[in-house]
Amino acid sequence: MKVTLTVNGAERTDDVEARLLLVHYLREVLGLTGTNVGCDTTSCGACTVLLDGESVKSCTLLTAQADGGQVTTIEGLARGQEMHPLQRAFQENHALQCGYCTPGMVMAAVSLLAEHPDPTEAEVRTGLEGNLCRCTGYHNIVKAVLAAAPSVRGR
Amino acid sequence: MSILGNRVLRKEDPKFLTVGGTYVDDVRVDGALYATYVRSTMAHARIAALDVEEARKAPGVVAVFSAADLDMAPAAPEMAFLNQAMTRPALAQGVVRFVGEPVAVVVTEERYQGPDAAELVFVDYEPLPVVMSAEESAAQDVLLFPDVGTNVAFELAFGRDESLFDGCEVVVRQRIVNQRVAPCPLEVRAAAAEWRDGRLLHYASTQGAHGVKDALVARLGLEADQVRVVAPDVGGGFGAKMGPYPEEILVAWLARKLDRPVRWVETRSESMVGLGHGRGQVQEVEMGGSRQGKVEAYRITVLQDSGAYAAIGAMLPFMTRTMASGVYAIPKVEFNSRSLLTNTTPMTAYRGAGRPEATAALERAVDMFAAEIGMDPAEVRRRNLIPADAFPFTTPTGTTYDSGNYARGLDLALEAAGYDGLREEQRRRREAGDVVQLGIGLSVYVEITSGIPGSEFGAVEVRPDGKVTVRTGTSPHGQGHATAFSMLVSEQLGIPIEDIEVIHGDTDVVPRGQGTAGSRSLQTGGVAVNQAAAQVADKARQLAAELLEANVDDVVLDKVGGRFHVTGTPAVSRSWSELAGAASDRGGLAAEVDYTQAGPTFPFGAHVAVAQVDTETGRVQLVRMVAVDDAGRILNPLLAEGQVHGGLAQGAAQALLEEMRYDEDGNPVTSNLADYGFISAAELPSFETVRLETPTPLNELGAKGIGESGTIGSTPAVHNAVVDAVTHLGVRHIDMPLTAERVWRAIQDAKDSKGGRS
Repeated sequence: MKVTLTVNGAERTDDVEARLLLVHYLREVLGLTGTNVGCDTTSCGACTVLLDGESVKSCTLLTAQADGGQVTTIEGLARGQEMHPLQRAFQENHALQCGYCTPGMVMAAVSLLAEHPDPTEAEVRTGLEGNLCRCTGYHNIVKAVLAAAPSVRGR
Repeated sequence: MSILGNRVLRKEDPKFLTVGGTYVDDVRVDGALYATYVRSTMAHARIAALDVEEARKAPGVVAVFSAADLDMAPAAPEMAFLNQAMTRPALAQGVVRFVGEPVAVVVTEERYQGPDAAELVFVDYEPLPVVMSAEESAAQDVLLFPDVGTNVAFELAFGRDESLFDGCEVVVRQRIVNQRVAPCPLEVRAAAAEWRDGRLLHYASTQGAHGVKDALVARLGLEADQVRVVAPDVGGGFGAKMGPYPEEILVAWLARKLDRPVRWVETRSESMVGLGHGRGQVQEVEMGGSRQGKVEAYRITVLQDSGAYAAIGAMLPFMTRTMASGVYAIPKVEFNSRSLLTNTTPMTAYRGAGRPEATAALERAVDMFAAEIGMDPAEVRRRNLIPADAFPFTTPTGTTYDSGNYARGLDLALEAAGYDGLREEQRRRREAGDVVQLGIGLSVYVEITSGIPGSEFGAVEVRPDGKVTVRTGTSPHGQGHATAFSMLVSEQLGIPIEDIEVIHGDTDVVPRGQGTAGSRSLQTGGVAVNQAAAQVADKARQLAAELLEANVDDVVLDKVGGRFHVTGTPAVSRSWSELAGAASDRGGLAAEVDYTQAGPTFPFGAHVAVAQVDTETGRVQLVRMVAVDDAGRILNPLLAEGQVHGGLAQGAAQALLEEMRYDEDGNPVTSNLADYGFISAAELPSFETVRLETPTPLNELGAKGIGESGTIGSTPAVHNAVVDAVTHLGVRHIDMPLTAERVWRAIQDAKDSKGGRS
C-alpha cells in the first residue's frame, strides 16, 4: 500500500507491506537506524519517535497508521550542527553508556518536557517509566532532563 | 595539569546522540538473507519427527536446516574442568532440553517471511519428565544426559569440618535463594556474516571479538587468517555476551553454505530464553560466633542451577568460593557446591558472576547473626572487618586481597546516610506503630576484578599528521574506553583527546584481545595502552634528540603544546607530526604491549539502603541508596560513577523485582519485558555516591575494576533494608525478589506463628 510521511522534514511516498511496522520502515526503508528495537511488547521504548509532536513507540505502530503524519527521529532533532539542549545535556551529564536506549530516551524526554516544561524529579521519573535503560540506573538521565528543562523552555 | 582524574566528557557521545550507534542490525549488508530460528516449545522432550517440507514451500524461503544437515565441528571444550559430555549442540540433536533451544533454522529473502515460515516447521515432541530446580536435579531422579549418569556438571568442596561450629555460643542457619535473573542488555543478540574472496566477515554483538573468531575458526574448520570478526557498537552485555552462542556461529555457517550474506537478529522474547541467565543459587548458610559479636565460623553450601548444558554458569560457584568470607576475618570457613543441570536456559556470567551470590549470602548471614545476638548490624560488621593494616590479606579459602580499608568505607557510608538519625526515625515509627515502616540495610563487600588470568593487548601509534591511533584488545559496550584510554595517551603524549582514535573489536586491525569482562579493562587493557604510549614518548624523545642535536636526557616533552625541546630553549622544538614523519623510514612512532597483571585486584565498598515498607500491603519503596565504592585510583570519576549507578540499579532490581520464572512444566512465564521485572526510573531514587580511593599496588595506574561492584554491594543492602523494616514484626528472612506479595506473606506468617505461640 502507498503511504506518505514527512520524516525529519522531508516528505516521502513509499509502497509498503500493510503489516510493516513504522520502526522497520524508518530503519530498513529509509535507513534511519538511530531508532532501535529493544523488545516486542511496547515495554522498553528504545523505538520512541515523535509522531505529530507526540512520543510514540514505533515498534507498535504500523507505517500505515502514520500515513500523512510528521515523524521526528533522533536524526532530525539537532538544528544543523547545533545539538538540541537535551542531546547536549545527555552528554554533559553522562546520561548514556551503551547508547542503545538513548535515541528513544531522548525523544521521550522531548515529549516529556513539552508536556511538563518545569518538571520535578518525580515527574521526570514517572514520565520516563516507559523507557528502559540497563546501563545508567537512570540517575544521570534524570539529571540530564532536569538540566535541559530551562534551555528547552527558552527555545 | 594532569588530565587524569578529571570528569572528562565522553567523546563517543555525539554520534550516539545525533544519529545513533552502529549496532550489528544497523550494519547494511547488501543482498543479505535473514535467519530465523525455530525454537523448542518443550522443556524436555525427544524429537520424534521433524518435518520442514511445508516451511520450505513458504514464500521467500531459501533453505531450512536442522541438526542432521549440519557439518560443523563439535564445540571446543569451553572449560576443560567441566563435564564435556554435557556440552551443547548447535541445533538440538534428538532431544530438546529447554524451552527456546534452537531446533531448526529458516532462511528467507525478507525479514518478515522468517517467522511466517518458522511457524510451518513441524516438530513432533515426545515429552520427557522435567527437572526445574537444582534441588530437584540433585535428587538425580531424572537425568538430562542419561548416558553420563549424573546431573552434576561441577563440584567443589573446601574445608570440610564436622566440628566447624564447636565452641560457638550462637549459630544461625538459613536457606537463601539467589534467584535466576535475565541479564537483559537493551540490544538483543544479533549477527551478520558474509564471505568475500574466501574470507569470512562476521559482525557480532559481543564482549570479545577474538573469542568469536576463535570459535568460528574451530567450528567451521577455517584458517585464522580467513576470518575477520567485527564488533561494532554493542548495546550492553553484562557478562552474557562473553562467549559466542550457537545461533551466531550458525549465521556464518549459513552464509558459507548458501553463498549469500546472512543476517540474524532475535526478538526480545527469544532473547529472554536464548541469552544466558545469571545467578540461580540455592544456598544453605550457617554462621557461628560469640555473643560479643565475633564471627568465628562460616559455612556455605551451594546448589548452582546450571541450566540445560555445562558452560560458564556451572563454574560460577568457583567465584562464590573465592569471595566466600568477603570483608570479614573469619577464622574458619567451609564451602561446598554442586552445579546441576536443569531444563532451563543455560546459565552464564551476569554482572558479578558468582561474587554477588557470595556477598548476598554473607551479608544476610551477618544480619541474622546480629539480630540473634541483639547487636546493631553496623557494630557486628565493624567488629569483624579485616583491618586496614592487614593487607595483603589471604582468606581461609586462599584468596589474597591486594589492598583495602573496609572500616573507612563503612564509616563513610554510615556518615553519609546519617545512620543514627535513620535508626532514630525507625524507632519512632515502630513505637508509633506506623503502617509504613522504615528499614535500613547495610552491606560491606569486597570483590575480585580481573580475576581470570591472561594478558591484554594495547598499541599506540602517532601518525605523520600528528594524530594518534590506539588499538586495544578490550571490547567496550558502554564503558567509555575510547574516552578513558584517550585520557591515558593524552597524559603521556600531550596530544588532545580529540586527536586520539581508539580502535577495538576488529580482529583484522587488533591482533589479540581477551575483551571486556570481569571488570578487567582499565587495569589490563588500559595499562597496556599506557605502557605503549610511554614507549612511544621515549622513541620520540630519542628522535627529537637526534634532530635537535642534543643529549636525550636534556630533551623534554612540553605536554601543553605537544612539542619536544631542549630544556631551557622551548623556541626550538619538534612537533609530533614532524617526528612521526621523520620516523616513517624506521617503523614510525609506534609501540605494542601485551600486559599481564601479577594478580587480580579487589575493589570494595559499603552500601546503605533505606526502604519503606507498607505493612498492610507489603509494598516496598526504595527511598535512598548511599554507596561508597572504592576501585582504587579513579581515572575519570564521571565514567566510574556511571558504572556504579548502573550497578546499583541492577543490584537493587534483583533484590526488589527481577526473577526469571518457569511453570512446573518448564514454560518460562517471564519471557518478555512486559512480564519480567525490569526496573524503571520510577522505581528508583537518585543515588548518593561517596568517593574513596585506595590504590592497588598491582598496576601503575593504581586502578581496580569498577564495572560490577555496584551490583555486588547493592543487592544485599536493599535486601537487608526490606527485612529490617519488618524484623520487629517477627520476620527473620524473606527471599528475593521482595515483591509486595512476598513481603505481605512474610508479615502474615510471622503474625500467625506469634499467634500460635501465645
